Amino acid sequence: MTQTNLRNGPDANGLFGAFGGRYVAETLMPLILDLAREYEAAKEDPAFKEELAYFQRDYVGRPSPLYFAERLTEFCGGAKIYLKREELNHTGAHKINNCIGQILLARRMGKKRIIAETGAGMHGVATATVAARFGLDCVIYMGTTDIERQQANVFRMKLLGAEVIPVVAGTGTLKDAMNEALRDWVTNVDSTFYLIGTVAGPHPYPAMVRDFQAVIGKETRDQLQAQEGRLPDSLVACIGGGSNAMGLFHPFLDDNSVEIIGVEAAGHGIETGKHAASLNGGVPGVLHGNRTFLLQDDDGQIIDAHSISAGLDYPGIGPEHAWLHDIGRVQYTSVTDDEALDAFHKCCRLEGIIPALESAHALAEVFKRAPTLPKDHLMVVNLSGRGDKDMQTVMHHMEHSQKEQSQQEQSKQEKH
Amino acid sequence: MSRLQTRFAELKEQNRAALVTFVTAGDPSYDTSLAILKGLPGAGADVIELGMPFTDPMADGPAIQLANIRALGAKQNLAKTLQMVREFREGNTDTPLVLMGYFNPIHKYGVLRFIADAKEAGVDGLIVVDLPPEHNGELCDPAQVAGLDFIRLTTPTTDDVRLPTVLNGSSGFVYYVSVAGVTGAGAATLEHVEEAVARLRRHTDLPISIGFGIRTPEQAAAIARLADGVVVGSALIDHIADATTPAQAVDGVLSLCAALADGVRKARVS
Repeated sequence: MTQTNLRNGPDANGLFGAFGGRYVAETLMPLILDLAREYEAAKEDPAFKEELAYFQRDYVGRPSPLYFAERLTEFCGGAKIYLKREELNHTGAHKINNCIGQILLARRMGKKRIIAETGAGMHGVATATVAARFGLDCVIYMGTTDIERQQANVFRMKLLGAEVIPVVAGTGTLKDAMNEALRDWVTNVDSTFYLIGTVAGPHPYPAMVRDFQAVIGKETRDQLQAQEGRLPDSLVACIGGGSNAMGLFHPFLDDNSVEIIGVEAAGHGIETGKHAASLNGGVPGVLHGNRTFLLQDDDGQIIDAHSISAGLDYPGIGPEHAWLHDIGRVQYTSVTDDEALDAFHKCCRLEGIIPALESAHALAEVFKRAPTLPKDHLMVVNLSGRGDKDMQTVMHHMEHSQKEQSQQEQSKQEKH
Repeated sequence: MSRLQTRFAELKEQNRAALVTFVTAGDPSYDTSLAILKGLPGAGADVIELGMPFTDPMADGPAIQLANIRALGAKQNLAKTLQMVREFREGNTDTPLVLMGYFNPIHKYGVLRFIADAKEAGVDGLIVVDLPPEHNGELCDPAQVAGLDFIRLTTPTTDDVRLPTVLNGSSGFVYYVSVAGVTGAGAATLEHVEEAVARLRRHTDLPISIGFGIRTPEQAAAIARLADGVVVGSALIDHIADATTPAQAVDGVLSLCAALADGVRKARVS
């Protein structure tokens, strides 16, 4: 097999193979072209790089540890499992890696107002955080369904001085919030910087967000080298839009020995149609500025995603993932709500770490995979966020399943 | 000559601007929407823009978002929208009709199949909001080869450097979005429109239609003095939203259309 370089994308038009691009209204085109130019310049500017490194270290708290999960490894009885502890970052998830990068760019471009969309609220909190730090106005769009299930994060954003605008359209989740953010942007083009939270949207966002998140994979490489003296054998990360996964995966794409696994949210199960697995259950289409795999019906209408995890509840996926899926470099699997919840509880009990429900999807895949692998197999899992925000959802689910259980027992007794 | 060319040439002879009306296909139902469509030319619409419903109309304001939701709720889809054009064409062969919407439903339908079916149904042109000239190869080029006009949106952010890129490959007319924003938002000042039209004229010979935020016969008349076409959408659609019966919806839209047409027709006389 010839060595290919898979880390060069996208091309000048923002394409990863057939995916990506710049499918936006004309009002936004000049801005997006401008943003691409500014980003290219900033990337090469030593002062920008230095400032970014400073904030990553002293504000975000990087590098995040690469932690050998001994009890998890024992429990699985196979692969040696390492957790990349992104949940220990300031604001509790990987999201801030990207936000710090983009806010520095926004400031460089002289923008005074920051807007963002958020699903689980982690990107909203991270955006509100950096906006507060740099004294910029901040407006966060969030679906009403998500506001209900992520109230703690809504409160955090408000404490940080952001205005949270509820979006009622559609199912009131991430895609609807993104539509509304785009409408705001098109209306306030001169003053406003749209801080997209994932590796999706029009070029240059997928590449730019990936670059800011790639610090995860770069650190992992060095840390594992220091601890084990070699590359990992496999990487596992959950995928909604796919930024934490792309951040971990990207620096390893050209290392053919590294098996890479992305985990989509299967919700109630892909066969039920109630899921958020764009690659496993969708087809290519165009939404939110890029060509990628989408959940859609026969008429090209977007189907609402479903996942217990608000952060994965999106009917699309970053275009670079669509491409990596297409060429087969990354294997994309899926786990259900129930499997993720089970992994969530196990992680709490085994490691004393409460993971985000998003990250619990990656852990669920680990529980399936690790037991079948030899003990010298090194597996790195991106623990992309902490679960504090999910208390309400998990509590609700536990009450619900307890009720179901007691009802089942009751009906059993009645039959006897 | 295409229907669009013929229509704009006729109106130039008459020294008046075109009234371009936008409604969403299938809003609030197939039958009512078809009745509106059939009634528009008689009520004074010179060019018809027919919206292809989409779940995620990112560049549209509340009025058209709701129109999309109503139409999709009534099971409108792209095949039915093309059928609606066919039925419209049975009784009308001279009013240009342009389909307007977002790319994904076309992408799913299949670009070449869509172009062929649209042409056969009697569609004259396309406006696809989320396909900038950077993606001309995907739809604009093959559509024009097949004889469909491809109408571009230009905006206040499209500067002189970018304008040639946007206008290159445009045909039919140029749609100037007079405010940076979503459909149905506030109107631009006449000074802004006048300047914008002058700037566009330096770059193109195509007719220039102005849209976004035009709601009343007076506003339409004011714009009609400056440009070759006046586009009204959200204000018409509000009459569908407010109607309690299908008859009321048809009547509301056509009455406003007639008033707007009157405004446009009288604009350059006084």
